[in-house]
Amino acid sequence: MPALDPSRPVLDQLRERVAAMEGGPAREAVATHAGLSDLLQLRAGATYSVDAASVGLALAAEASRAGEWVGFAGWADFGAEAAAELGVDLTRTVLVPEPGEHWLEVTAALVDVLRVVVLRPPASVDARSAGVLDARLRTRSSVLVVHGDWPRCDARLSLEESRWSGPDHGSGRLRARRARLAVRRGTAPPARAEVWFPGIDAPLVGVDERSDRAARASRPRGPVLEPVGPRGPRGPAGPVGVRGPGGLVVEEAGACG
Amino acid sequence: MRVMVVWCPDWSVVAGLAEARRSRQLPAAVLAAGAVEVCNGPARDSGVRRGQRKRDAQARCPELLLLEAGPERDARHFEPVLAAVEELRPGVSPMRPGLLAVRAPGRYFGGEEHAAALVAQTLVDAGVWDCRIGVADDVFTAEQAARTAAVQAAVVVPPGGSADFLRGLPVRVLESDGQAGREVASLVGRLGLGTLGDLAGLPLASVQDRFGRYGADLWHRVRGAGRSVLGERTPPPDLDVEVVFEPPLESVEAVCFSVRTTAERLVSGLASRQLVATEVRVEAESEGVVVSSRAWLHPRCFTARDLVDRVHWQLQGEGGSLRSRHDAGVVRAPVERVRFVPETVEPAAAHAEALWGGGSDELVERGVARVQAMIGFESVLRPVLQGGRSPAERQASVPWGERPTGLRPLDRPWPTRVPGPPPVRVFSPPRVAEVVDGTGHPVAVSERGAVSADPRRFRFGAALLVAAPGSAGVPQPGGRAGAQEGLWALEDTPQVVARTTGRPQVGAGAHPPSGAPGAPGRPGERPWQPVASWAGPWPVDEEWWVETAPADGSRAARFQVVGVDGRAWLLRWSTAGWTLEAGYD
Repeated sequence: MPALDPSRPVLDQLRERVAAMEGGPAREAVATHAGLSDLLQLRAGATYSVDAASVGLALAAEASRAGEWVGFAGWADFGAEAAAELGVDLTRTVLVPEPGEHWLEVTAALVDVLRVVVLRPPASVDARSAGVLDARLRTRSSVLVVHGDWPRCDARLSLEESRWSGPDHGSGRLRARRARLAVRRGTAPPARAEVWFPGIDAPLVGVDERSDRAARASRPRGPVLEPVGPRGPRGPAGPVGVRGPGGLVVEEAGACG
Repeated sequence: MRVMVVWCPDWSVVAGLAEARRSRQLPAAVLAAGAVEVCNGPARDSGVRRGQRKRDAQARCPELLLLEAGPERDARHFEPVLAAVEELRPGVSPMRPGLLAVRAPGRYFGGEEHAAALVAQTLVDAGVWDCRIGVADDVFTAEQAARTAAVQAAVVVPPGGSADFLRGLPVRVLESDGQAGREVASLVGRLGLGTLGDLAGLPLASVQDRFGRYGADLWHRVRGAGRSVLGERTPPPDLDVEVVFEPPLESVEAVCFSVRTTAERLVSGLASRQLVATEVRVEAESEGVVVSSRAWLHPRCFTARDLVDRVHWQLQGEGGSLRSRHDAGVVRAPVERVRFVPETVEPAAAHAEALWGGGSDELVERGVARVQAMIGFESVLRPVLQGGRSPAERQASVPWGERPTGLRPLDRPWPTRVPGPPPVRVFSPPRVAEVVDGTGHPVAVSERGAVSADPRRFRFGAALLVAAPGSAGVPQPGGRAGAQEGLWALEDTPQVVARTTGRPQVGAGAHPPSGAPGAPGRPGERPWQPVASWAGPWPVDEEWWVETAPADGSRAARFQVVGVDGRAWLLRWSTAGWTLEAGYD
């Protein structure tokens, strides 16, 4: 049993736990990475979809750091070192790189015992299979993070406009990535925040905590958590290092297609 | 007390030849400090003697096979001999490799001659041809008797006849008693005393004055009054348990049900000795033949339930790791005997449960065991870190429930390791890739480490590089390829849609969304992605010391390449082409 979170009322947490044990609607809060906590609070029984492996790792990391067991299913290319750096405790990590044809049953069995299961489904998922897992999730008070598409999600996280700093035409090396993380819940307008991912000396930080470092970035950006309106066409912001306008991109893709 | 001594002459040479898998008939010698320490019969026939210098020995016998001295090797090869004698008579005392003493078995085998003949026959059956046996009242006399015996024969000195037997032996026999014995033999010989009887005739005080404590001890021994103190070894306790099924069982479930009490017996037997097993070998026999044998490691210690699980996996997993439920549960041959052999036991105190906690871990272990029963033992892994240079080298994974062994240390500097943050996705084996410059020519790295041109576009092939043959965990090629293909589709489509909305398609996948301007490309050919920025090359300077040269060419270098979609990749160039090693997703 993990320790109680000192920042929240003890009574609430105990109530959540009792509710989870009674098999009720378990919406127990699961430890979430500090860099993401403004955007998202993981809840037991919920499904989250991510579009980048690093976000999936980050969602599992804090629970693992808090003493929970986490699992990764379908990750044949699991980067153990990056996971450890993000805070995943590898001694409490179960990895099923190739669950094969039984991936749904394997995931269900993992959901039974692990707090956070990060799944990369090997095939497209229909709503029925997803429903089976959802029911299991609610009774077991686990969190399912899907790297890929999933029929019903509580929230979809996507990395937008990630820009790496460091490499520059042969010199330098990858140092840090500043990305905009968008969280979409249903049809509501997405919430966005800028994050360093991985940061310069920490694996994941929100930009506000790093304003001094942000000045050093190639393209400093303004406010931190910007609950912007419905997503419109963004500015001309091409990624760092692209020479030439976006039109070049089309030509390139078309030339060799 | 009657003592039997078994002597295997020239044991160092015998063991050395056995280790080198050479014929016993070859002339061979073991050298120590440049001089012959031990030589065998064929070498002696050619004139090689103990103490000769290497050059002299080779001059007399040019085909002499020279072996390194290896006391540990000698002892290792002598262990089966000890075990063979122990079968007949417990309480064996190993004196040194090639020489053992045991209380002489007497009436049980019908006399000492018969017992000696039986021991000789047992040893010959065990593959030791040259063994000689002596039986006497004390160890020294018995050893001398064994040295006078013929091959596979025995010399029995009657009770009380030690002094008479020793009296006629030349003092040369003391040379086998180490450096001190050699000095005594040399000096006594030069003094004109030819036999052990002459030495025994001297006054004790004189011998002790001249040769010290060793001399006094020797004096007692050559008079047949030596003390016989045998350092008998205690055979290790027999911890193996087994269960016999009559009639043999054909179903895995039935076997597992029946071995439960046996597994509990093993665990409780260990517990009564304050031990727990961390490595257990499970053997299943069918028609008198061991059809399935495997050692299982446990991260903590085996309980009876763990053992039953291991039996289940072992018998079920014989055919492969991925299996459907229909053909599971039937063993290939009826099992008539299951044996548990604890290979590694440790004190129970080292594995005791903490007073608080541990409950949830146990739950997890049960759940993971269920997954293992579903898709196979090796399919559920635990990632571990290790030292290395490339991302794939810096991690490893062990089957869930086993201990990692043979990991490279993390605390070494590992020069030329890939700089920057660790990649989130590590492709092992790597994927094929292509990187070209502005004119469409592949980018290369010169011998001086210079890049031929700026990389402008790159793309990855869907095909995996062929893994090394015999790599485990690839049970069904079809299933794996399917999973891999799905993974690609998943990787490309949603991300492209999510990330590049509002911008033209740049990294379109194999199945781009309809209406996307990006050309789909022919099947098997993926679209190019422009390079946004890149870093490198970092030359890869490793494994040139391995005899089998790396398959991908002699020179290699790593690059970090960022695509215009913001994703970064670790690419490796070698003279054989480009590969994708890792992704910073």
